[in-house]
Amino acid sequence: MRFVIALPFVWLIVFFLLPFALVLGIALGTNAPDSAPPVELGLSLKNFALLFTDDLYVAAWLSSLRIAATSTLVALLLGYPMAYAIARAAPRRRPLLLMLVILPFWTSFLIRVYAWMGLLAENGILNQFLRGTGLAADPGTILGSEWAVQLGIVYAYLPFMVLPLYASLEKLDTSLLEAAADLGAQPFAAFLTVTLPLSLPGIVAGCLLVFIPAVGEFVIPDLLGGTDTLMIGKVLWDEFFTNSDWPLASAVAICLLVLLVGPIVLFQRQQAKSLERR
Amino acid sequence: MQRGLISNTPIVRIEGVTKRFGAITAVDTVDLAIERGELFALLGSSGCGKTTLLRLLAGFETPDAGRLVIDGQDMTGVPPHRRPINMMFQSYALFPHMNVAENVGYGLRREGLPKPEIVTRVAEALEQVRLSDYAARRPAQLSGGQRQRVALARALVKRPKLLLLDEPLAALDRKLREGTRFELVRLHEELGLTFVMVTHDQEEAMSMASRLAVMDLGRVTQVGTPHEVYERPRSRFVADFIGIANILPLEDGRRWLALRPEKIALCAAPPDTAHAVAGRIVDVVYEGDRSLYRVATDDGRVLLVSTANVARTKETFRRGQSVWLGWAADAGHELDE
Repeated sequence: MRFVIALPFVWLIVFFLLPFALVLGIALGTNAPDSAPPVELGLSLKNFALLFTDDLYVAAWLSSLRIAATSTLVALLLGYPMAYAIARAAPRRRPLLLMLVILPFWTSFLIRVYAWMGLLAENGILNQFLRGTGLAADPGTILGSEWAVQLGIVYAYLPFMVLPLYASLEKLDTSLLEAAADLGAQPFAAFLTVTLPLSLPGIVAGCLLVFIPAVGEFVIPDLLGGTDTLMIGKVLWDEFFTNSDWPLASAVAICLLVLLVGPIVLFQRQQAKSLERR
Repeated sequence: MQRGLISNTPIVRIEGVTKRFGAITAVDTVDLAIERGELFALLGSSGCGKTTLLRLLAGFETPDAGRLVIDGQDMTGVPPHRRPINMMFQSYALFPHMNVAENVGYGLRREGLPKPEIVTRVAEALEQVRLSDYAARRPAQLSGGQRQRVALARALVKRPKLLLLDEPLAALDRKLREGTRFELVRLHEELGLTFVMVTHDQEEAMSMASRLAVMDLGRVTQVGTPHEVYERPRSRFVADFIGIANILPLEDGRRWLALRPEKIALCAAPPDTAHAVAGRIVDVVYEGDRSLYRVATDDGRVLLVSTANVARTKETFRRGQSVWLGWAADAGHELDE
């Protein structure tokens, strides 16, 4: 019994706290390109100071937040009707529809992002189609733009939006909507006053599940974005592998974590509140 | 019952209404007229179509055939939010994210009434159901009985022409049910509204309703006052469903007689009645206020007989005892079918 309780703690210590301490230790050190690993341990805060003074990092931060926020909003606007439709579908059809939402996970994430490259490239499938049908003689190229990054993030994280929304909409007692109609609410008013507030926990959960990983996303901006698309995950990668500056990369990682603690706390508070209400 | 009578036309006319779900005909060509100010009960076992009929009235279902006229207006295709009807749901369907006052005021806010008027009417409605002190509570913080009253206030505050009640007492425990029964009848009399209630509990329907419709297999088998339905059931089904009845074949073997257990006298000696038969007691059920006996008669039938336990000490009959049964010429009721 005691062992079972201890297990999650051991897990967290070994796979979270220890690596975190390691990364923090590196972040407080200084870059030493000639030694292996290229770190000289110490207690310097200059890596952190650089993150807040250098325009590159501040810009990367802001642009990460902006891209993540827009992608989250678009995913919400797309995911809500999807989740609603699945929750209102005949019970025997729901497993199939949910399956379709999860189906992309059966293919590697990387391969799916490569597939988008094939679709969006200058001579990609989309442009070939546009030229072939004469819809546009000289379509621009989406690949390499921020549009492509947004599209990729929305595509990749949409299931994380749909599933919690579905869970909260499926729980919604339909007799509440009948009661609203009975009391004189038109369908849209019933949606605004009953469905929407009662699905708020799902909205918050879905948005955070998309927003949190999207802020630190690296693969999508690297493969679909261009040189001008700045995202903090990509900056981290560059510091680590291109510049071999481990301490600075670690400082970026720590800051990313600290900044995401806010939304995570928000998420948990919302969950606790909705539990209290029941 | 005469209160609230404005005109002689019925407030609800259901004309040949049919509703099918796939292969199942839930409501089968039902004709029914409900008068103004009635407390009308739709009574039947589960699956008889009573709830579907109520949902057709509320507008949650649309009929496959027939017409619904409410207060002189054809409501057949009118959506629920435009009907002058409110419903108390079996589950109460209270909005969990709103407090009691917000729940009760919901329908008034949808009408776009000015705020001060909403506040007064909500307070009035909460007063009516004695929940004034609970206005700020959430439904989750209320007991079952309190929730039921919130649901009632939320429906009544709209001053509907017709109040529908779906199994209003089913979710309450037995003790609370008794009190709430009187409470509903009191409100009905005070407000002079028309109530239509669905119930599977014949005792509930008998004690509350001014008239009731017995339903079976999607059809209305009999409509009448509780007294009419109990004393003059039309069919074997009604006789059997409402209370207890002995059903005896008549001489020609094609017609039947319903004989209520309390209409039969149980005696030790041959009684001086139009009908008398000897028998032996096979079972005794003591229920406090009355006792039920199963008597095997010498002509080969088993009849149920009940006696009221009026006196505290009274000669009682025991199992195995030989007895006589007697009933008057008009004690039984001949069934049409």
